[in-house]
Amino acid sequence: MAESTMKAPKKRIDPVRWARENLFSSWHNTILTLLVGYLIVTSVGPLLNWVLLDANFQGSDPSDCTGAGACWLFINQRLNFFIYGFYPEEFQWRVDIMFGLLALSFAPQFIERFPGRKWLGLFGLTGLPIVGYFLIPGGLFGLEEVQSSKWGGLMLTLILAYIGIIASLPIGTLLALGRRSEMPIIRGLCVVFIEVWRAVPLITVLFMASVMLPLFLPEGMNFEKLARALIGITLWQSAYMAEVIRGGLQAIPRGQYEAASALGLGYWKKMGLIILPQALKLVIPGIVNTFISLFKDTTLVLIIGLFDILGTVQSTVTDPAWQNVAVEGYVFVAFCFWVFCFGISRYSQNLERKLDTGHRT
Amino acid sequence: MKKQTFDSKPAGPKPWYDPRVRAIFFQVVAIALVFWGGWVLIDNTLSNMESRGISTGFGFLDESAGFGIIMSLVPYDATMSYGRTFWVGLTNTLLVSAMGVVTATILGFIIGVARLSSNWLVAKVSLAYIEVIRNIPLLLQIFFWYFAVLSSLPSPRQSVDVGGAFFLNNRGLYVPEPVTQDGFGLVWGGILAAIAAVIGIRIWAKRRQLATGAIFPTFKVGVGILFLVPIMSYFLAGQPLEWDLPALKGFNFGGGISIIPELAALWIALSLYTASFIAEIVRSGILSVSKGQTEASKALGLPNGLTLRLVVIPQAMRVIIPPLTSQYLNLVKNSSLATAIGYPDLVAVFMGTTLNQTGQAVEVVAITMAVYLTISLLISLFMNIYNRAVAIKER
Repeated sequence: MAESTMKAPKKRIDPVRWARENLFSSWHNTILTLLVGYLIVTSVGPLLNWVLLDANFQGSDPSDCTGAGACWLFINQRLNFFIYGFYPEEFQWRVDIMFGLLALSFAPQFIERFPGRKWLGLFGLTGLPIVGYFLIPGGLFGLEEVQSSKWGGLMLTLILAYIGIIASLPIGTLLALGRRSEMPIIRGLCVVFIEVWRAVPLITVLFMASVMLPLFLPEGMNFEKLARALIGITLWQSAYMAEVIRGGLQAIPRGQYEAASALGLGYWKKMGLIILPQALKLVIPGIVNTFISLFKDTTLVLIIGLFDILGTVQSTVTDPAWQNVAVEGYVFVAFCFWVFCFGISRYSQNLERKLDTGHRT
Repeated sequence: MKKQTFDSKPAGPKPWYDPRVRAIFFQVVAIALVFWGGWVLIDNTLSNMESRGISTGFGFLDESAGFGIIMSLVPYDATMSYGRTFWVGLTNTLLVSAMGVVTATILGFIIGVARLSSNWLVAKVSLAYIEVIRNIPLLLQIFFWYFAVLSSLPSPRQSVDVGGAFFLNNRGLYVPEPVTQDGFGLVWGGILAAIAAVIGIRIWAKRRQLATGAIFPTFKVGVGILFLVPIMSYFLAGQPLEWDLPALKGFNFGGGISIIPELAALWIALSLYTASFIAEIVRSGILSVSKGQTEASKALGLPNGLTLRLVVIPQAMRVIIPPLTSQYLNLVKNSSLATAIGYPDLVAVFMGTTLNQTGQAVEVVAITMAVYLTISLLISLFMNIYNRAVAIKER
């Protein structure tokens, strides 16, 4: 009786035992631990000094930087430029509204029980671009026009990544369907399109968009630089998106296709009502991952002369008034990207775990 | 699924309801659209080029380029043709890609294995490395290495001097260049003979092991032969090798081999960035081998090293190879970021300077894209062949 009601023994956490098992289990493990520990101690100390203890946060001009640690007040002074680029200060509330709406539609996706988070997400995918289309360039409803050449910084990075992903979703879906089509010519065209875009680097695509697109278009019709870059990014990204979605289409059991056909549904109804809703749900983690890589790749637009967040920083670190602020600038951009990408990738891993139904062989 | 077969009896569907007829119709429409679109594009391009006075055709490849390139593997000077700039760019792209693939693979495998280490500290450090590096854009990392690290190195006069042979400064890394003298052929012969001997020993040892069960220490003997025979032949031939040491001449170094900072920055950034992805691939590959396999091979009495080499790695490779291929492809494509820091790769030289000087956008962009397409297809082909060799052989 007594034994059967006894509780399981408490798991003891003994630091000495833990260290012996995980750090010093054998002589070569001990050497490794000491070596790595020494490297960490010698590198983290100076790094911490540079980032925090010796760094300068207060002040208004370059002379306030002592030079012993990081000069963060450089970032402080130029933050507006890094976020909005050349966007006029009096209209920046328009961008702020978009930032707010973006956060409102996607931040709740991290919280499981947030009421109506699906609707917010849907708004983020459909309504948000429409609002942004009117709000950011202006020129309508009494809003002052702000030309796209003045957009820059973090705002431009987000616009590029966001439009790139939104526009490539439908195109990628069509391409994926085309690649799985039974019509050989349609399939061939889609395969060639997808493989060609996937084989060339984004830089060549951007060069092509900025140099060749004007040649392709009829006389008198021309796009701004930003629009050309967006066309290039969208075409390139839709090829990657197509491959992700194709993975989802292939994962749907044959029975689903056959059942839909047996119900008498035509091709588009079959795909739209039965197959795609299941397939797209399956590949949400994949889509999020392509979004992360696109987000990182948007920095490439600085090569064709657009000022994304890295471009704005790169153009100011060479400012002779501030001496040697390159590292601070790069660390700042790296931190921005890291927070976004790491957060999103954690979200997608979570999602993967949740969507995983455990049907593994 | 969609291939419904209908009886060809009178009550068949109306032609516009027949899937086969529809399929033909849609495909004809698709072809027509593609041809129409292509025709419009070509027509627009030709008329645009005519109005801007741009000539067409590949004749420009024979014209003199007239610009210098800071680094070239093939002989090049400004009087040579635009066609030559293409080769310079291509070889530079291939050079940095090959260097990157080698270092990224080595680093990636080390970090991937370290991630699974039983040592807590090592595992966490490699986890931190992976999570930090792969979430930061590659271009930013290249900028960091080029503008923040390498350009803050001392000037040539104050360069870091290692033993009077290696010099590091903000113009690059200078290393001694081996210059072969007469009689070096004997050393080459020694190297070849050593390789042949090792292969022979391996075959003999395997045959003996199959026949008698006795194990011959092939690895140790092989390493010994590989080192001793070439060294002996080197001394036998009278040390036919001289080193061309770099030396300060005026404001810069002459002699030796120089690695320019553009190449170094690109190489370091590409290797570190790609290694973080390869590490994750290696980790998932090793984890995919079920524990029963390791336990079974231990039960058979195989020591740890052999378990890893004969049981775990061959099975992990099946999972590793396909994603590894796409990482190699990414590395080659990412090497085009060279253009941002001025390393003369294909995109920077050919699609940059040559395109700007000649204005022949269509031809230049087409050639460049064709090159990347070819490289991608070739890498896929080779990796597919290798993949077939390691894939599960179902009997």
